[in-house]
Amino acid sequence: MTFEELVFYFFSAILVFAATMVVFIKKPVHAALYLVLAFFSSAGVWLLLDAEFLAITLVLVYVGAVMVLFLFVVMMLDINLSPLREGFARYLPAGLLIGLVVLAELAYVYTRDYFGPERFPNPGHHPEDYSNTAELGSRLYTEHFLGFELAAVILLVAIIAAIALTLRPKRMSKYVRPEDQVVITRKGRVKLVDPKTDKTEG
Amino acid sequence: MLTLSHFLILGAILFCISIAGIFLNRKNIIILLMAIELMLLAVNMNFIAFSHFLGDVQGQIFVFFILTVAAAEASIGLAILVVLFRNKRTINVADIDSLKG
Repeated sequence: MTFEELVFYFFSAILVFAATMVVFIKKPVHAALYLVLAFFSSAGVWLLLDAEFLAITLVLVYVGAVMVLFLFVVMMLDINLSPLREGFARYLPAGLLIGLVVLAELAYVYTRDYFGPERFPNPGHHPEDYSNTAELGSRLYTEHFLGFELAAVILLVAIIAAIALTLRPKRMSKYVRPEDQVVITRKGRVKLVDPKTDKTEG
Repeated sequence: MLTLSHFLILGAILFCISIAGIFLNRKNIIILLMAIELMLLAVNMNFIAFSHFLGDVQGQIFVFFILTVAAAEASIGLAILVVLFRNKRTINVADIDSLKG
């Protein structure tokens, strides 16, 4: 077994374990933390595939931003967990069956010689002075410039949508709403009271 | 020597775990969102494996776009989740039935 295979099996074992724990563990906070572990180990696998820029992006963007957001939301919401877990045992056979069937189908295709080493020989690694980031950047800013700009617009839309959804307008000062003020009538403002004078003492 | 099948099967295992997770945790929206993230990770794994073995950087560019859209999706999904919890005090999928669909 070469060193690369050792690294691959190490990272993929951790990845599969972490993904299983995300699905099966009871507490959402622990699930989010195991998802962080899964992202870290898949970044390791991507490094084996010469995708350095994406591996670093995965750790920075996913672990650093998206998963922190997940953890933040999970910890902020006060969730009653017991009704969320009901039905877990009932759906366990169906879920496992469907997962295994899909896995068997995919494994059947993948282990045929369509994707074997004869058709897709391992190209080896790039020379030392090769920069994955520079290559990605030069392709991204020339051929895929429209897609890049669209991605930026999507992120802007996401920012605005997330803020617009969760923003609660806060009253900073006391004021009378004009529409209420216009429709006011005498009945709403003036209250006639009948002061009961005590006649017995006077 | 590592072959393409190694990485494809790793992606397939991840994808199947997340499919099973969607079936098992179908009451809890947070775990559902996490399972979707895992699915996207499996797809990205396939893209990067093919990109490496075909010697074409195009696949990595597509993964870049998938990461962008997934980040946007996660942020909007969590925002909807927060608003939902604020209004209904629950994140149970079974309780969200006011549309009677």
